[in-house]
Amino acid sequence: MYKYDHYDQAMVDARVEEFRDQARRRLEGKLTEDQFKPLRLMNGLYLQLHAYMLRVAIPYGTLNSRQMTALGDIADKYDRGYGHFTTRQNIQYNWIKLEDAADILADLAKVEMHAIQTSGNCIRNISSDHFAGATYDELVDPRPYAELLRQWSSFHPEFTYLPRKFKIAVIAAEKDRAAMRLHDIGIQIVEQNGEIGARFFVGGGMGRTPMIAPMIRDFVPLDQLVTYAEACLRVYNRYGRRDNKYKARIKILVHELGAEEYTRQVEEEFAHLLGQGIEPPRDELERIKPFFADPPFEDGPKMVDRSDPDFALWVDRNTVRHKHNSYVSAVISLKPVGGIPGDATGEQIRTMARLAKQYSFDELRVMHTQNIVLPHVKIADLHALWTELDAADLGAPNLDTVEDIIACPGLDYCALANARSITVAQRISENFAAKRRTEELGELKLKISGCINACGHHHAGHIGILGVDKKGKENYQLSLGGSEAEDVSLAKITGPGFDEDGVVQAVETVTDVYLKHREDGERFLDTYRRIGMDPFKEALYG
Amino acid sequence: MDNSLGRSPDEVQFRFRDDEVADHGTVTVDACCDQTNATAVRIEPGDDARVLVPFLDRLALIEVNFPAYTDGRGYSAARILREAGYTGELRAVGDVLIDQLSHMRRCGFDAFAPDTPLDEEDAKRAFATWDNVYQSAADRRRTIQELRHE
Repeated sequence: MYKYDHYDQAMVDARVEEFRDQARRRLEGKLTEDQFKPLRLMNGLYLQLHAYMLRVAIPYGTLNSRQMTALGDIADKYDRGYGHFTTRQNIQYNWIKLEDAADILADLAKVEMHAIQTSGNCIRNISSDHFAGATYDELVDPRPYAELLRQWSSFHPEFTYLPRKFKIAVIAAEKDRAAMRLHDIGIQIVEQNGEIGARFFVGGGMGRTPMIAPMIRDFVPLDQLVTYAEACLRVYNRYGRRDNKYKARIKILVHELGAEEYTRQVEEEFAHLLGQGIEPPRDELERIKPFFADPPFEDGPKMVDRSDPDFALWVDRNTVRHKHNSYVSAVISLKPVGGIPGDATGEQIRTMARLAKQYSFDELRVMHTQNIVLPHVKIADLHALWTELDAADLGAPNLDTVEDIIACPGLDYCALANARSITVAQRISENFAAKRRTEELGELKLKISGCINACGHHHAGHIGILGVDKKGKENYQLSLGGSEAEDVSLAKITGPGFDEDGVVQAVETVTDVYLKHREDGERFLDTYRRIGMDPFKEALYG
Repeated sequence: MDNSLGRSPDEVQFRFRDDEVADHGTVTVDACCDQTNATAVRIEPGDDARVLVPFLDRLALIEVNFPAYTDGRGYSAARILREAGYTGELRAVGDVLIDQLSHMRRCGFDAFAPDTPLDEEDAKRAFATWDNVYQSAADRRRTIQELRHE
């Protein structure tokens, strides 16, 4: 894992002091709330419905047990005993007092963490593949590149007041586990003629105008990576729309200019910037890489004892092939049936930290699907690990099933929401669990947003649900056929929306259609793509 | 840097230059391109700073206006001008607040004329926010990555 040197630590410490000073000036009345707002946002502090929310950055979703323990302690000390893992591999706390914020940031800085640029119109925390460095199918570990970009994007002097927020994802496998093409910039590390480089996709996103990012450059040499990213951002900062907040994301600029013209402008800026010598020394990447070197794997058993069916089910569902054949990546589901997706108690967070230390070389990952990964678990240790997870209510065997729902905080917490997301998620998972149909349905990605901003990724759900306000009542639109993976697609709306009871039933109805039509080995998504919307519409609205 | 920090006689509150304040009235970017004798120009957020590149030799002052601090186009304008070799005064005017000072300085601004005068002590701290920096910018400070590998 990456470790701060004294430079990195000094940057974070300087930011804590800067924020203390800003909070002081706000309290002294030298800053109006309007002036303070972007500053607190730049430090991850939002004003929500009931309290402040603090979002903590987990760069590329990777953290160690000491950091995870600190996150659990913060939940208990400053929140109401909970932390909420988000779709951008971060954690947020929903019950924060403004006067505690600087102290929390100081606690975080002690474990090399921060809330820098987790909100505001700047480059946000960079996300990546949650199985990076562990999976069998990657070209290289994408995290050193993500770390290089983390440094570049932190406190960038030119790009702190962009037209709108800016999200970057970096992957290095053909399989996309980071929704890469639904980011403002998606970078795929690729190999061309024996050389490693970066493929750039620009202008993807969800929100009210979902778009899949077009590729604008198939290969950027590694010693020009930062310069190319800078060119992409500069064109956006200069020409991205600022007249309308809802048209300010880079996807709108790329769409309005056309990918070709945007690319032309980027290439022109890139040619200019190459002459400015802004690229970090190539040695920096070489310095970063060893931090992500393999831990000392050992050979061991490659099979588990399947005599306990509950354990066998969990192994089948929640463990993923590893690059070393005596190990797996184990997913800790934060989706217990009827629970709040992504929530964990302070105690559970500390338990996961302890288990990571014991069984996974001290490393954890946050998934964009709001679960936690122990990336390197010895197959021989799986039963012991599962036993402890189960005892801590962390053993739900439902990875990538209909119970593994992504949901935004919705109207229960969020000031922007039009409808509740959490209750809908709870009812759907309870419904399928009670009818014991989860296993039968196989991989089924269900995603729920409580408003058009799409934090719950409903556009990318095999089944998506969008909560809207219809004449003062919560109403839910159903959509089908989205995917955030390498087969990326945007979901289409089925037709008129439903009330809460209606949408829970509607989800069951569309799964019935799937079971009726599915052919061998097809997922819900595959069947939908084969048979189209009509049979689903017929069943829903008949 | 601290020595040069202080109020100058006009509306410029902070200036990091030793030469005399150029205070001829500014003209618009369009007028500057048409008028061969203008020596001071004012850039608005929607202007393309690059059209000034052919005229940089005769310009002694370029003001970049920030009607709202949230509009960050002026940061790109400033860097583009410095990258093109402009060495005259580059002045941030308008809604310039304490917390933008350090970034503006890095983008090449060397004079600041905020609409509302800023607290001197707060500003002094703000200019000194970063002991070191992660990116190469117009101030040409050696970056952390360069320091690591020297």
